[in-house]
Amino acid sequence: MFTTHDFLQIIIFLGLLIGLTPVLGNFMYKVFSGEKHLMSAPFGWLERLIYKLVGVDSTEETNWKSYAFGLLIFNLIGFLFVFILQLTQAYLPMNPANLPNVSWHSAFNTAVSFMTNTNWQGYAGETTLSYFVQMLALTVQNFVSAATGIAVLLALIKGLSRKTTDKLGNFWVDLTRSILYVLLPLSILFAVFLVGQGVVQNFDSYQTAHTLQGTEQTLPMGPAASQIAIKQLGTNGGGFFNVNSAHPFENPTPLSNLLEMLALLLIPSGLTFMYGKMVGSRKQGWTIFIVMFILLAAGLAISLYSEYNSNPIFGNSALMEGKETRFGITNSVLWSTATSAASNGSVNAMHDSLSPLSGMIAMINIMLGEIIFGGVGAGIYGMVVFIILTVFIAGLMVGRSPEYLGKKVEAFEVTMAIIANLSTSFVILLFTAWAAVSSLGLSSLNNAGPHGFSEILYAFSSAAGNNGSAFAGLNANTVFYNLLLGFGMLIGRFGVIIPILAIAGSMAKKKITPVSTGTFQTDNWLFVTLLIGVILIVGGLTYFPALSFGPIVEHLLLNNGITF
Amino acid sequence: MKTLSIALKIFLIFTILTGILYPLLVTGIAQVVFPHQANGSLILKDNKIIGSELIGQQFDSTIYFMSRPSAIGNNPIPSGGSNLGLTSAKLMAQVAERKAKFITFNQLDKNAEVPSEMLFASASGLDPHISPEAAELQINRIATVRHFNSIQKQKLKTLVYTMSERPQLQCLGESRVNVLLLNIALDKIK
Repeated sequence: MFTTHDFLQIIIFLGLLIGLTPVLGNFMYKVFSGEKHLMSAPFGWLERLIYKLVGVDSTEETNWKSYAFGLLIFNLIGFLFVFILQLTQAYLPMNPANLPNVSWHSAFNTAVSFMTNTNWQGYAGETTLSYFVQMLALTVQNFVSAATGIAVLLALIKGLSRKTTDKLGNFWVDLTRSILYVLLPLSILFAVFLVGQGVVQNFDSYQTAHTLQGTEQTLPMGPAASQIAIKQLGTNGGGFFNVNSAHPFENPTPLSNLLEMLALLLIPSGLTFMYGKMVGSRKQGWTIFIVMFILLAAGLAISLYSEYNSNPIFGNSALMEGKETRFGITNSVLWSTATSAASNGSVNAMHDSLSPLSGMIAMINIMLGEIIFGGVGAGIYGMVVFIILTVFIAGLMVGRSPEYLGKKVEAFEVTMAIIANLSTSFVILLFTAWAAVSSLGLSSLNNAGPHGFSEILYAFSSAAGNNGSAFAGLNANTVFYNLLLGFGMLIGRFGVIIPILAIAGSMAKKKITPVSTGTFQTDNWLFVTLLIGVILIVGGLTYFPALSFGPIVEHLLLNNGITF
Repeated sequence: MKTLSIALKIFLIFTILTGILYPLLVTGIAQVVFPHQANGSLILKDNKIIGSELIGQQFDSTIYFMSRPSAIGNNPIPSGGSNLGLTSAKLMAQVAERKAKFITFNQLDKNAEVPSEMLFASASGLDPHISPEAAELQINRIATVRHFNSIQKQKLKTLVYTMSERPQLQCLGESRVNVLLLNIALDKIK
């Protein structure tokens, strides 16, 4: 039963989110516009030292192509490092559980996954990766992939707010500031808090317990808290343990749960405020926030309805399969909605066992392009794709040339926006179709009937959206899925980043037309409605047929008591 | 070439900073401020580890409170849920079986309502908790098997009551009882 207690928890969560958005947004504005801020005193010397050591002139700015080139090279190095460390972990230190080297295809998938901020996991952490790999390979990528997302957003903002230039800033400076001033300080605080709640943080070997009933139980250990903090804050989502934040060592209490949920939306939400301030109008930022918030709340309402509805198979029983007692239904659904919206992908309940419509909402949140808060940085630049399409469509309707923030939107920008939009739907629909008709794809299923199809559809949505959550019954640790999902993640990440940087570069060159009475406003309720409409129509038309084969038909079957 | 050299150097610096110094710093603080939690909230008896306060153990003996169904038999290497969807015939059969078992095991009325966390497997397979209602339904059976007199049985009832945790900070999460801690306390009833 949904009670006031459940409602109160939702209000607390959303209230904290709204309240903290301007606070963090304002701080990030100061950090990235180079003003003095809270962290300049403790970390400022380190920033300058880093530039000196690597030989970067922090005042030097580049055009979009050099910016993209630096970003790609940096990401490639990260990929190779994670890949090689996994292939050789048996020869490396800090491997108390004596785990063997990882297979090449799983190592490829994981390296791509963490580099692209997806953090899809085809492996189980506690039985696959040594502490050395978890720290030096994965924790590092948690930071740098999030910082990469912020950097792309900053370049885009410069493109939108500057005029007649080709300079979009300095990738190395944006990267360094994101890590030093935003991600690292928040992670340190949050990690220590998590340990206080019971998250493990040590380098011990796995412990053996002699249980009350006289058997043995092996307890996994490791430096978990430090990775979990950044996994939540950086919209990464890759768990230290197999079941992610459902694991009592990863998310031990309702309070740790609340703050982990908050952490996964915090930075993307704060960035909307920063965006508004940087493009010169806070209302533009709040407009984006409101669109995201409405879509989040609508998804949450449908998910809650689906979970609390009775059905002929299980009657009025609370649907606790794949959920933890300390969280209950409401916190599990709140998390599943938030994590899919935010491109985080961590879970505190098994999404495979969610009721059909809640599972569908998680999928839709991902399919829409991870723009409902979305990934760190990625959420807003993804939203700008839809904004460009919206002003373009609105321009067609009233017969005038479309503008956004005083910049003319022309054929080049619309083409790039379409490419960004199509690259994810290409992966989701075509790769799913391939897996659904090949024996390699079908042999990994855990469930029969439409739910089996949902497992495949969810996997490729998660990869293309760089989300990382899963209908985890699907055995994705096969050559077929590791490779196909790996390529899906690459297309979903760089198939969006490169067009976005191209848009930024082209926008920067344009003049800014002053606002007049004829300007189509992009900061009022009419625009909010139009934008939501475009998002739902584009998303709906693209994915409705696929969804109707999976969760929609499953919902109807469930309500008729049919099982497989 | 210049870009490559910058990228390599900055990658090295961030690997040291976020991959080595950051986890070491957090470990250092954690081991000083919260050593018990940082090391797994372990429960020791005569210098032997009995378990962790946070990790559920399998309890199917008549003398103990039952824990939640686990898809992995409470073996944490690795953790996992069933990942069965709601239209799974297997899940439907499992739930019916668990319901029948809980009722006969605890000699309850045939139509008794069984708390749903006892029917469905947890997400982690390591859920340490059950609801207070699920614990109360097991009191009679345990008192009978352990040949408790009425004073001991009253103690057991009080124990379930006092060990039930309310939602954290009055408003977060659900009411629950930690099964391992409850069973350890149960063993101490004289």
